[in-house]
Amino acid sequence: MRLGTWLLLPLFAVLTGCGYNTFQTQDEQTKAAWSEVVNQYQRRADLIPNLVNTVKGFAQQEKDVFIQVTEARAKVGSIQMTPELANDPQALKNFQAAQGELSGALSRLLVVSENYPQLKSDANFRDLQAQLEGTENRITVARNRYIKTVEEYNVTTRQFPSNLTAMMFGYKTKPNFTVENEKAISTAPTVDFTQPQTRK
Amino acid sequence: MARLEVLRAWLFAALFFCLGGAFAQDQIAVPERRIVTDLSGILSVQQQATLTQKLQAFESRKGSQIALLIVPTTQPETIEQYALRVSDTWKLGRKGVDDGALLLIAKNDRKLRIETRYGLEGPLPDAIAKRIIAEVITPLFKHGDFYGGIDAGVDRILKVVDGEPLPAPQKQGYNEDGWLSALPLVILLAFVSGAIFRALFGRFFGSLVAGGVTGTITWIVLSVLGAAAVAGVVAFLFNLFAGAVGGANGWSNGASSSRRAHYGGPMGGTWGGGGWGGGSSGDFGGGGGGLGGGGGASGDW
Repeated sequence: MRLGTWLLLPLFAVLTGCGYNTFQTQDEQTKAAWSEVVNQYQRRADLIPNLVNTVKGFAQQEKDVFIQVTEARAKVGSIQMTPELANDPQALKNFQAAQGELSGALSRLLVVSENYPQLKSDANFRDLQAQLEGTENRITVARNRYIKTVEEYNVTTRQFPSNLTAMMFGYKTKPNFTVENEKAISTAPTVDFTQPQTRK
Repeated sequence: MARLEVLRAWLFAALFFCLGGAFAQDQIAVPERRIVTDLSGILSVQQQATLTQKLQAFESRKGSQIALLIVPTTQPETIEQYALRVSDTWKLGRKGVDDGALLLIAKNDRKLRIETRYGLEGPLPDAIAKRIIAEVITPLFKHGDFYGGIDAGVDRILKVVDGEPLPAPQKQGYNEDGWLSALPLVILLAFVSGAIFRALFGRFFGSLVAGGVTGTITWIVLSVLGAAAVAGVVAFLFNLFAGAVGGANGWSNGASSSRRAHYGGPMGGTWGGGGWGGGSSGDFGGGGGGLGGGGGASGDW
């Protein structure tokens, strides 16, 4: 009993000193940040049916675009991204690809709507566009926060002496959003958003 | 293989820090936290004062913090990034309510943004913010009427936020809260020092010394002379009175005071991010908001 205590005490000190608690904190932070990312993407997905219907009211003939958007949204909806799945590089890649596809389809939808002056001046459409724009910005913010928390976690995983704790418990670095996809996802819509405003 | 991994990690870290340093130099600094800041000189002193008064009155009436910032440019950042950085640094809004908003204007970029924090996303959703920008502010900006646009925009924002039931404002941000949160300390001091000094110097002089000690320590902690004087006098009277009437009554007195202090507790928590705002400038209540989520809308003219 006493021997056990004497053995436990240094173990406790070593674990604390080598960042065991830091791992727990940072792991929870990445999970929270990830939930925010998913939350904001969900917010965007929720806007889409309304947006598509509004555009349809003015531009029925653009069937291809509607199909693209609807399919991309369905694909996004079929991926359930838990924080645990975000640790899997392949799953994260798939998630990014699906969201990127949806971004592309959405920007095409907005480009198409440029051709319909009546649609552009529709109050409902303008509100939806503002909401979409705001949501895209929230997605960017949430992604940046996630990137930062994962970065912190990964640094802890690799730094000495916490890397010893990581080895002992099998903690691995987490995959992060990649720069190439970042470009594909976040810049394409922003470019399209600024266009209608400058033309006014 | 392992060595390669270490080298890569090292290179990554080096790249990260060097890049970070480079960016930090390029970014525009976040100015001092004030309710109205005009760094590009498009508003006269009089106009700034009018807007400040308007926003301050709103904050003390409703509790929400709406700030105005005019900069020449936000380059190299986008206006969205800069607005988020400013509103996160300033922690606009009350703690737990996060009811802050920032009207940011980048004059040379010809861009503006309403950055809405979580607590105001209800009354001021992106679509409404966008409408205020597109229908109220930018039409006037296009004619070069900056003050008119800002004033009309601020009016509209206040009107919209006013329609929302939010928690009632604290009476006067920093001082009263600090005073309330210091109450337990004052009572403890009065008790302890009273017991010691009355035993040493007798009832009257002991109470006097206890009052002085309590007042001085309160002054050091709160750095508000008035509150410290009050605390000292209260401690003096309390000790004198408690001693005269007798132990039992004294204790029951103490109990009721400490209950009051307990009520003060949660309120005392609200001056969280206080440091900047309350004390020196008197311009702005202390912000206690957390990190923003990037809500709001942008526009240009």
